[in-house]
Amino acid sequence: MMALIEPHLPALQVVIPLVAAPFCMMLGRGGLAWIFASVVSLATFVISIALFAQTYDGTIISYHMGGWAPPIGIEYRVDILNAFVLLIVSGSAALVLPYARSSVAAEIPAERQALFYTAFLLCVAGLLGVTITGDAFNVFVFLEISSLATYALVASGAWANKRALTAAYNYLIMGTIGATFFVIGIGMLYSVTGTLNMADLAVRIADHGDSSTLRMGFVLILLGIGLKLAMFPLHLWLPNAYAYAPSAVTAFLAATATKVAVYVMLRFMFTVLGFDYEFQADTLRMVVLPLAIIAMFAASLVAIFQDDLKRMLAYSSVAQIGYILLGLSLLNETGITASIVHLFNHAVTKAALFMVAGCFIFSAGTSSISKLAGVGRDMPWTTAAFVAGGLSLIGLPLTVGFISKWYLVLATLELGWWPVALMIMASSLLAIIYVWRVVEVAYLQPAPAGVTRKEAPLSMLIPTWIFVGLSVWFGVNAMLTATAAGRAASALIGSSHILWKD
Amino acid sequence: MEHHSILRVVSKLLIPPMLVYALYVQFHGEYSPGGGFQAGVVFAAAFVLYSLVHGIDALTKVAPPRILHILAGIGVLIFAGTGLVTIALGDAYLGYYALAENPQHAQEWGIVVVELGVGMTVATVMLSIFIAFASHTRKLDNKDW
Repeated sequence: MMALIEPHLPALQVVIPLVAAPFCMMLGRGGLAWIFASVVSLATFVISIALFAQTYDGTIISYHMGGWAPPIGIEYRVDILNAFVLLIVSGSAALVLPYARSSVAAEIPAERQALFYTAFLLCVAGLLGVTITGDAFNVFVFLEISSLATYALVASGAWANKRALTAAYNYLIMGTIGATFFVIGIGMLYSVTGTLNMADLAVRIADHGDSSTLRMGFVLILLGIGLKLAMFPLHLWLPNAYAYAPSAVTAFLAATATKVAVYVMLRFMFTVLGFDYEFQADTLRMVVLPLAIIAMFAASLVAIFQDDLKRMLAYSSVAQIGYILLGLSLLNETGITASIVHLFNHAVTKAALFMVAGCFIFSAGTSSISKLAGVGRDMPWTTAAFVAGGLSLIGLPLTVGFISKWYLVLATLELGWWPVALMIMASSLLAIIYVWRVVEVAYLQPAPAGVTRKEAPLSMLIPTWIFVGLSVWFGVNAMLTATAAGRAASALIGSSHILWKD
Repeated sequence: MEHHSILRVVSKLLIPPMLVYALYVQFHGEYSPGGGFQAGVVFAAAFVLYSLVHGIDALTKVAPPRILHILAGIGVLIFAGTGLVTIALGDAYLGYYALAENPQHAQEWGIVVVELGVGMTVATVMLSIFIAFASHTRKLDNKDW
């Protein structure tokens, strides 16, 4: 049985959640659909682990869809970089679904829950597909599958708060503009090279050399993906979408959606597009890098003044995406390592924090910080999870946040850009402020009279604490994540057809 | 609806050829222009025409949304399931060569089955979208025409 399945793991990684989605819809009942979706997400997680184990030593798995060899056929290509991102996506899904049961039962009417889990599985399938495929157009198709599912998931927050509908609509418009830019960019690459396979594109673009069509394609892809990953001035859809989506959806999206978009950016900027070092490096360093630094400060500043916990965390996500973009726009190996390791580190940290926000909504009925006074005594475990996650967000030693910032600072110092290193530390101070605000309200202010808040149920606390545990475990012993990220970064640079070194 | 005889007669004339034409496009998909997507749209258009003449309630009686949703899911399962069958037969995902001895036949059968799934899903999703939008509008009385 194993021997039969093993060569097909790359296809099954995407097909299993995709096939499970319509089944899930037909189950019709919330409880059954939840069990089914959880089992499926566990199966996809196991497949991701198997793929990660196979590629950890640098092996590249190539799977030919329908038996058609690339570049004609669609190729699924798994190397250490996408195996790492696959692990993040399927792992988050497998941990968020157990959490989702109570949270979704409280936020979504029973007759709609099966459809909710269907959309969730489609979103997982789309994100996994974007990550695993080696075909540029296939990336667009899966990007749309995951995005359409995401719009529906965000809109399903409407039973709790009608504003979810406008948030979802906003996200729909911005996301569609982003996807359109992206597909036009791919069209330009196709018009020059006549191929859509990424590896083949990379060779042909390098052979073709610089041209205005390729430059236009480069800029359109950068913009399109920039919209999807909420690059600083293009992030306006994110805070509302995260704030009004159901809690479980926010935790899942914050851990995965932007990370997958960053993966696409890394893949296109470093592997696929290699026509002119000067132009590409200048665009990344003169445009993306300043925007990343502005994001680190501006979004953190805005986060300080938010009253809603989920909105605050959403703005903090924009700032954290700034760190990721800063790492990759430094254009050295350590910087790219920092970006890739932060994909994982931010995913576990933010998932834990958004789950805490979901626990507050479940038990206290609100995520407004001012109404959470004294909650630390009523919900000690939930609040403690927030403190642990918050420390990781700040980047304190022994948490994963520290590992990311360590690599980021190392990367800037390698270039001798110590002012940037100082800015990274200064922006961490802003994180201290917004995390402290919540801690102060939760622990130091007296609870309002007559308010009773029970601790969140174990089904929600355990997944939250697993994420917290991961953020401490990989902060103390970062061997696995840092090695994987380092190998992924050197593979990215090695696969590039222009020299990404000065 | 009784006094709109022109609409009724024209729709009666048009709907059967539309359905047959949809099936023609569907089953010629593997060797001539056409296929599941186009066929599904034409098939759904016949139902849309029916509901334009007879009203949305008549349509939901013929094609209840719940059934449409399930059929849409089955369509996806036919497509994706074909891939799983080819894996079980020892070929790649959607590797049709495993389906028959003769490679031409294998490819033909694979495409016919997959296009059937596409056609089902497209037709039912088109109708579901139409019903979702049309059900939101105020009911027109015969006198309002």
